[in-house]
Order: sequence, then C-alpha cells, then structure tokens
Amino acid sequence: MGHIVLDNVKKSFGDITVIPPLDLQIEDGEFVVFVGPSGCGKSTLLRLIAGLEDVSSGTIRIDGQDSTAVPPAKRGLAMVFQSYALYPHMTVRKNICFPLRMAKLDKAEQDRRVEQAAAVLNLTEYLDRRPGQLSGGQRQRVAIGRAIVREPAAFLFDEPLSNLDAALRVGMRLEISELHERLKTTMIYVTHDQVEAMTMADKIVVLQAGIIEQVGSPLELYRTPRNRFVAGFIGSPKMNFLEGPEAAKHDARTIGVRPEHITPSPSEGVWKGRVGVSEHLGSDTFFHVHMEGCAEPITVRSGGEVDMHHGDAIYMTPDPGHIHRFDGEGLRIA
Amino acid sequence: MATQHSRSAARVMLAPAVFLLLVWMLVPLTMTLYFSFKRYLPLRGGDQGWVGFDNYVRFVTSSAFWPSVQTTLLIVGGVLLITVILGVLLALLLDQPMWGQGIVRILVIAPFFVMPTVSALVWKNMFMDPVNGLFAHLWKFFGLAPIEWLSQASMLSIVLIVSWQWLPFATLILLTAIQSLDSEQLEAAEMDGANPLARFGHIILPHLSQAITIVILIQTIFLLSIFAEIFVTTQGSFGTRTLAYLIFQRVLESQNVGLGSAGGVYAIILANIVALFLMRIVGKNLDA
Ligand SMILES: Nc1ncnc2c1ncn2[C@@H]1O[C@H](COP(=O)(O)OP(=O)(O)OP(=O)(O)O)[C@@H](O)[C@H]1O
Ligand SMILES: [Mg+2]
Repeated sequence: MGHIVLDNVKKSFGDITVIPPLDLQIEDGEFVVFVGPSGCGKSTLLRLIAGLEDVSSGTIRIDGQDSTAVPPAKRGLAMVFQSYALYPHMTVRKNICFPLRMAKLDKAEQDRRVEQAAAVLNLTEYLDRRPGQLSGGQRQRVAIGRAIVREPAAFLFDEPLSNLDAALRVGMRLEISELHERLKTTMIYVTHDQVEAMTMADKIVVLQAGIIEQVGSPLELYRTPRNRFVAGFIGSPKMNFLEGPEAAKHDARTIGVRPEHITPSPSEGVWKGRVGVSEHLGSDTFFHVHMEGCAEPITVRSGGEVDMHHGDAIYMTPDPGHIHRFDGEGLRIA
Repeated sequence: MATQHSRSAARVMLAPAVFLLLVWMLVPLTMTLYFSFKRYLPLRGGDQGWVGFDNYVRFVTSSAFWPSVQTTLLIVGGVLLITVILGVLLALLLDQPMWGQGIVRILVIAPFFVMPTVSALVWKNMFMDPVNGLFAHLWKFFGLAPIEWLSQASMLSIVLIVSWQWLPFATLILLTAIQSLDSEQLEAAEMDGANPLARFGHIILPHLSQAITIVILIQTIFLLSIFAEIFVTTQGSFGTRTLAYLIFQRVLESQNVGLGSAGGVYAIILANIVALFLMRIVGKNLDA
C-alpha cells in the first residue's frame, strides 16, 4: 500500500513561504516524479512527505491515516538521499541491514532479506566492503538496497542520480524503472532533469516556486501543457516561442512549436531565417535559426544528415496540428 | 612534490627545521642520560664521578616509585575518562542551535586559557577550601560537614581540577567533529527507525571515534607530566605524588640530580609504554 494525499499542505521557513498551500494525490503503485527548476521546493515537498520537516499547516494522509504528526520512522516510507547517506563505518551488509536491526527483526529474517536485496541489486560480491570502497553507482545501489529491505509503503528518491556520470545515469534510470515494475510500490522521485521525468514517470508533477503548475502523464504534459512554463520545461530541446504578428495570426499572445514539429527546407516554407549553429547528433540535426523579429534563435529538428550550413538561408514550416497557443497570462488556449 | 628536483629542494628546505628539532630534543635527552649515570649532588659535593646503574636501581627500589607510577596512571585515566565522556556530551549540547551560541562556546573554551597554576589556586582557595570554599558552603547549606577536599579526597580533587582544564580542549575537538557529520546520515538513520539513542550509538559515536582517539593521544602526552596542579595544591602528599612530581622532589628537594635523571629516563619509558598501549587500543581508528 502507498496511497498518499497532501491536503492544503503549506511550508514556511520563518517568514519565507516555500510551499504555498498545495493539494496532491498519489495513487498506490504509482511512479510520481516531482520536477522543476532548482530551488522550487521539490526537496522540501519530499521531506514533508517523509516527515523530516514539519508542515506549517495542512494534513498529510498515508493510506487513509492522518500522518501529519507521525515521526518519519513510523510512516513506513523509505528514502534514498542525493548524497546516498550511507553509514561509512559499516559494511554494505550492515548498511542494508540497519533498518531491520532497528526494527528488531530476528536474525534469520534479517539475513534472508539482505541476501535477497543484494541479489536483486547485484551487490552480493560487495556485501563485506565499506561504502568508501565502492563506486558511485554501487553506492547508489546500496542506498536503494537499504530502502527496499524495509518493504516500505512508498519509496522517496531525492535526485538519486545527480552524482553519477551520464552513462551510469541512463543505466540506473532503467534499473530503478525495472525495480518499480517488479515491486509495484509507490515511488516518488525528485529530479530537475526533465528527461528523467519523461522516461520514468507514470505521473509528473511540475513545480515552480512551490506551486504545482501541472500534474499529468508525460505525454499529457508533452501534448497539452497547461501553460507556457510547463511547455518550456517539458521536452528537449525546449519549445520555441514566438510573439507578435506570427502569434497574432493564430489569435494568441504567444505561440509555441516544438523543434520536432517544424520541417526545415532549403527552398520553401512559411518562415524564413538564417542558419546559426547546427548540432549534428547523427540521428538528428538541430539547427538554431535566426529569424527576423525574433530575439531568440529558433531550434529546428531535422532527421538524418542535412546539407545546410552556417549562414545558409532556411525555410521552416510548423506543423499546424502542433502549434500551442497561449494567452496574455501564459495560459493555454484550447 | 613529484619531480626529483622538487623533492631534493624540499629536503634542503626542511633541513633547518629538522635540525632545530633534533637539537631541541637531543640535548636535554643526552644530558639526562649523562647525569643519570653520575653521582651528582649540587649542594653536597657536586659531581662525584660515574656510578653505573646505581641511580636506576635506587630509583626503582625506593618505596615511592611504584605508588607514583600508579598515581600517574590513575590521574591520566581518570581525567581521560571524564574529559572524553563530558566532552562528547557537551559537544552534542553545543551543536544544538540555541540562543547565544557564540558566547556559550567562548565560555566553554575559556578554562583552557587559564594557566594551570592559576586554576589550581582558584580551585584550591575558592572551591575546595574547607572553611571558605564554595563547596564547603554548599555542604553546610545542606547541613553536612564540609569535606577537606585536598586531604580527604586528594586524588579526586586533582583529577577534577585537571579535568576542568582539559575539558574545553576535548569539547572543542569533538564539537568540530560532530559538526562535520553529514546531517543526511542522521536523517537516513531516523527514517531507518533509529531512536535518538541508537542514532548516537550507531552513527554519531563511530563518527567521533577518530576525534576521540586524537583527544586521548594528545591529552595523554600532556597529562603524564602534569605538575603545577600538584605543586600548588597537595605538594605530592596524600597519595598524589606522580612520577613527574617524584622526580622533581629527588632533584630539587633532595638535591640529587643523578637520581632524578634516572627517574626521568623511567618517565620516558613509562610514556612510551603508555603510548604503545594506546596506539594498540585506539590507534586503528586513525587509519580509516
Ligand atoms: N531550512 C531552510 N531554511 C530556510 N529556507 C530553506 C530551507 N530549506 C530550503 N529552503 C528554501 O526553500 C526553497 C526550496 O528548497 P528546496 O531544497 O526544496 O529546493 P529544490 O527544489 O530541492 O532545489 P534543488 O533542485 O536545487 O535541489 C529554496 O529557496 C531554499 O532556499
Ligand atoms: Mg533538492
């Protein structure tokens, strides 16, 4: 079980309100990702759920029970910290075993669960090492191991992959997703990397300055962002925004088109510009196009290898079905 | 310091310091050794020639020797015990956010700046005096007969005075160690279901082990040779004669430099034995 409801939860540090009253519902077994720019209150929200911070007002219910005043250990949640927070003087085995020892489980059961977790996470060979003798990815797995042995109602991850290199990050991302498939336990995952959010989440919660901008599945957010902020945050590379006469043509203050929804051509199209920097990734090429009347260059995706170079004239055609329109407040116009 | 050149340059630059240290250590050591094999009574005939191991035999066979070793070890052990335990507790307390933290920290450190002689005098006259001391008043307030601290509980008194002086040092080192503990580790332990006592035992104390080791080693070095506190208070009577004090008495009160020097050599041996034991017991903490 792991059904978590936040009802009017607010958090202030002294005079500064980090999280204005906020409602959120997390279903049992869901993989929820909190995503948002740095300092928007993702960690704070997670720590409120964990019980490491007290809410200023509002209630947190876990599996229907009011847990607002319940101490962290009693909430049945397990947390994986960004710094891993392994106990440096204990072996991997003792680290993973620690929550079980604290729960005073009998020795045989402790051993069984540790062995099982180690097998799941490929840690069996390292059980007698200390954290200092492990690589970053291995430490990460130990931290996850320490979380899973408790068989918690939900896992909380605070940017668990941000200390890993790019290749390892992709690997661990898959491992965590796989773990979720296998355990079917609720997971709440904090990240500021929208790729992690898109690839792992069942449900993404986009936060800005403590306010929930939108909640939805990755594709919902991609297809129908509720406002300009979400539109710009979800998707990589970023959505292009155009204002002025181009937007007026579509009865909007601003229009947004994703790079993958613009077709470039050397000879004909709706918009005309000049190629600036181009990024060749092999499978795709991204052109940064300078267009008259646009402060920011427009990013355009082209499949495969295209023969256009710096300074060349380029024509672009947006896909009419994929033009997002926003009003003066930045809200989506349906 | 990777290249050959920079290494030899480093050696040349280190040489004066090393030389100075060597002279600093070797001259007194050689002189002590030299005198320890002589019969040398400055006021009663001066240098009377070589006597072999006579002084060494006389020093150990004197009835005061073993009790003085025992006293020394008791004082060192007692002070270490008190300063480490109280130091850990105080460090935990000072680590808590509280009002006036800066001032409280300075107050805690203050005793370390008081000279041993002064602090011993203050304790002797203001606290432990059986007539006018604060403790005497306290005892009388509760209707008890005041204790004559320095004669009835002489060892305890000295251990208390010395502990009071060294507590700030222990607290300071342990406080910095506590502050270097990653707070996420404590939070992780809290989530793992560890109550405050378990968090202390399983996380904080192991984290402190290195600092505790350092405190023990450094304090031992200084505690083996405490002198002023005894000189000012009991003058070595009432079973408070440490090895250092015994040597002082042999040299200055009995005016026997040869015998005192032999005692000095024993003191060196004792210090090394203690150091060896300590390194065995706690030294492994320094590797981590
Ligand atoms: N203990 C605290 N006291 C005062 N302000 C705090 C405290 N903890 C966090 N804040 C503030 O709350 C805001 C949100 O912090 P939080 O750590 O939740 O951000 P975040 O979204 O996790 O950012 P990041 O992606 O950089 O980790 C920040 O502006 C921060 O300065
Ligand atoms: Mg954070």
